[in-house]
Amino acid sequence: MTEPLLRVRDLKTYFVTEHGSGTARAVDGVSFDLYPGETLGLVGESGCGKTVTSLSVLRLIPEPPGHIRPGSFIEFAGRNLLTLAPRELRAIRGNQIAMIFQEPMTSLNPVFTVGDQIAEAAIVHQRLSRRAARARAIEMLKLVGIPDPAQRVDHYPHQMSGGMRQRVMIAMALVCHPKVLIADEPTTALDVTIQAQILELLERLQAELGMAVMLITHDLGVVAGSADRVVVMYAGQVVEQAPTPDLFARPLHPYTEGLLASVPRLDAPPARARARLHGIPGQVPASSDWPGGCRFHPRCPYAWDRCREEEPPLLDASSGEPGSHTVRCWLLTEPQRRTTRPGP
Amino acid sequence: MTSSASALVDVQGLVKHFPGERAFFGLGRPRAVVRAVDDVSFAITPGQTLGLVGESGCGKSTVGRTILRLIEPDAGRVLIDGLNLLTLGSRELRALRRRMQIVFQDPYGSLNPRLTVRQTLAEPLAIHHLATGADAGRRIAALLEEVGLDPGFAASYAHELSGGQRQRVGIARALSVEPQFLVLDEPVSALDVSVQAQVLNLLADLQQRRRLTYLFIAHDLAVVKHIADQVAVMYLGKIVEWAPAPRLYAAPRHPYTTSLLSAVPVPDPMAQRPRIVLTGDVPSPAHPPAGCPFHPRCPHPKKDARCRTEPPALREVAPGQLAACHYAEEPL
Repeated sequence: MTEPLLRVRDLKTYFVTEHGSGTARAVDGVSFDLYPGETLGLVGESGCGKTVTSLSVLRLIPEPPGHIRPGSFIEFAGRNLLTLAPRELRAIRGNQIAMIFQEPMTSLNPVFTVGDQIAEAAIVHQRLSRRAARARAIEMLKLVGIPDPAQRVDHYPHQMSGGMRQRVMIAMALVCHPKVLIADEPTTALDVTIQAQILELLERLQAELGMAVMLITHDLGVVAGSADRVVVMYAGQVVEQAPTPDLFARPLHPYTEGLLASVPRLDAPPARARARLHGIPGQVPASSDWPGGCRFHPRCPYAWDRCREEEPPLLDASSGEPGSHTVRCWLLTEPQRRTTRPGP
Repeated sequence: MTSSASALVDVQGLVKHFPGERAFFGLGRPRAVVRAVDDVSFAITPGQTLGLVGESGCGKSTVGRTILRLIEPDAGRVLIDGLNLLTLGSRELRALRRRMQIVFQDPYGSLNPRLTVRQTLAEPLAIHHLATGADAGRRIAALLEEVGLDPGFAASYAHELSGGQRQRVGIARALSVEPQFLVLDEPVSALDVSVQAQVLNLLADLQQRRRLTYLFIAHDLAVVKHIADQVAVMYLGKIVEWAPAPRLYAAPRHPYTTSLLSAVPVPDPMAQRPRIVLTGDVPSPAHPPAGCPFHPRCPHPKKDARCRTEPPALREVAPGQLAACHYAEEPL
């Protein structure tokens, strides 16, 4: 098997809480690999730690109040990103690993033209002249499907629609042809017809440029259509990790199962269209106060004594290659306890 | 969809145009008028849910607000149980307001941060002279229980609650005056999916128990499929398709509806469908295209000069199904 491009091991990113008294363990021992050319979906609800994970990879966590704990390890191209000097890190950030954010409205600088913002990374990292960088910016705008790129290059963000701004963000991220693109909820702020355009664009560019994409989203539909593998996060931890077809066909963690049962389905047959949704009782706990034992046990329909007392490790549930499907749940050791799902 | 005697809510020819802002810090010439709602008609039968769907800026929220007169419409007729809302005086309007309420999208912005849940819920009871003192306290406890919250939350402030809990308080506030009709304006779109499911179940239960009539405004077609009896699709201020929900999802006739449905991601890697990717953005409602407003983005192979010049009427294309497309007989 090919070597991973990015290897995250036991990542712990903690924050000092507002009153200075407690610690929010936003990301608490996360490990995963990203392989060349693949799309990895990182899924979970608000507060599960998926965005903090992605920001930690590029060390974009504000310190203080945040800090990445010693013992965490993020390997890219044979080096630990967490111990690099700021200068070395800058050579990688925006160059070999690039990022696009959820809010195309607020992540662009309103006082510079989009051309200047796209060209900046090429000038800094590739030492292009201003003229060459401008030509590159026009080329990038064309690549992301913006009409009249030679005129648009001199426009300001406020002159563009939300979908266009997200295309500009993608052009900015890809200008140095990164090996890894981290896309944090890239379509959440967009309407569904514009979301379809952006997802299609990302798929096309990934195929053309051969980069690996880490797609962070709360939308299981987006993951099902775009990701090769999925990592499901809950309460700062990875709770399940599997190839996409396997995860949707055989969700093993009760949280994954509940999440899938919560989604209203457009493809539901008419007879089931108005049926009750399952939902998950309760809500995500606060990151300063994760429950003991399995962190999902207060909301889990199958929980028993062991779940309340002992935190489960990631257990191997693969039907194919060992380690391809892992689940953080004691049910794997006592499958007979997975009875028919209790009613909502 | 045409007006009927049995409808609880009957809207005819609703129009709302917003004057364009003046350029140059309010001193320049006014910009073009934004035609947010442009001749919209529909009716809702008691106990039923009409889903009103469309993308940002299509005018769906403005429809919800104008039919409650939270925004004054420019033209049209809104009958609630036979009373014309638009010609009522302020005292009669206030009496009618008790029968129609709204739940907003943002559970963070729609609750007053300086009021406790008890104060939030006591206010409408006092305004409509329904209950005060210990009587109000009992009703508030019962309301909280009905929306699935522990009555102990009455002493909490909005910031102490999660998004789902706040939305339950918003629903309790709307229900406190015992309305017949609720406008639900994107009531679950700010919530996480597991909490969204809880709130959708709650809305379905409340509708059954209290025989409520809903106008459910949303951009998420899967959510609307789950809750609506009838669906109206809006584009640039107009209804472009109307049908009973099973019909709309199984056999859409307007190319915009078809494209919208194909663009919704389905959470099943084995059920991926070909996406119709529309080109371009939604045009500005200040400058809607001539002819059919959808023609610049329309993927229909029959698209021709007629689409560019002649606005299609909303007409019945199958029993109970209306579409505003010259080629609705040949759907995509």
